[in-house]
Amino acid sequence: MLVKEIIPLLDAELIYGSDDIDIREIHSGCGSDMMSDVLAFVKDQPVLLTGLCNPQVIRTAEMMDIMCLVFVRGKRPDEKMIELARERNICLLATPHTMFTACGLLYKAGLVGGA
Amino acid sequence: MEDTIKLEYIVSAEDFTRAGEASSDLKNILKQMGVSPDTVRKVSIAMYEGEINMVIHANGGVITVFVTPKEVTMILKDSGPGIPDIDKAMQAGYSTAPDNIRSLGFGAGMGLPNMKKYSDDMKIETELGVGTTVTMTVRIC
Repeated sequence: MLVKEIIPLLDAELIYGSDDIDIREIHSGCGSDMMSDVLAFVKDQPVLLTGLCNPQVIRTAEMMDIMCLVFVRGKRPDEKMIELARERNICLLATPHTMFTACGLLYKAGLVGGA
Repeated sequence: MEDTIKLEYIVSAEDFTRAGEASSDLKNILKQMGVSPDTVRKVSIAMYEGEINMVIHANGGVITVFVTPKEVTMILKDSGPGIPDIDKAMQAGYSTAPDNIRSLGFGAGMGLPNMKKYSDDMKIETELGVGTTVTMTVRIC
């Protein structure tokens, strides 16, 4: 699945997108608010959906080579987080859907779990 | 050894939002050195969890990193309270982190288990009231 395909599926807003979202490929999905769980289990070029909204989300994504983050329930990253994401070329999306619904929509569209 | 690179990071516990800066810097350096992505990821995760631990539990500390063509060694030294029961601390899910840390996305009791999982060798020396030194080695492959 491409990052640009996730946007309409989740009624998401692209908060930061590099110019390669048309070709940036996502192989799996992960939904968690606990960054240590993400660090323990995630692999294979995933999108991370989270209700946590602080700079450690961006850093966790950086360490795991996660190239796309989705903030659920309408949460929005602040300027500092957007800057961190820009420096690391990580796409940021915001969706009004809850975690459960957002994960379900992507799963239904064919994205699998990464762990 | 002339092929050894030494790096040193001071980890401050004053600002949680800055936790991870040392790991981020090390990751970039290893990438620039052409170390394989899998190895870079293992080092980054192990170091990041260790760095977070220092911030949460030990009021910061110093991380010294040695990079040779064969391996990356990270020595995380703090002057924190020490670990009373290492076996318990190594259990996945066991945590002594305060609730405010959980609201920041950590404190799931996965820190030390993750550090062990992603390093090829890990050694913990700890003394109550004196501090803890964790030495992790990741082989470069």
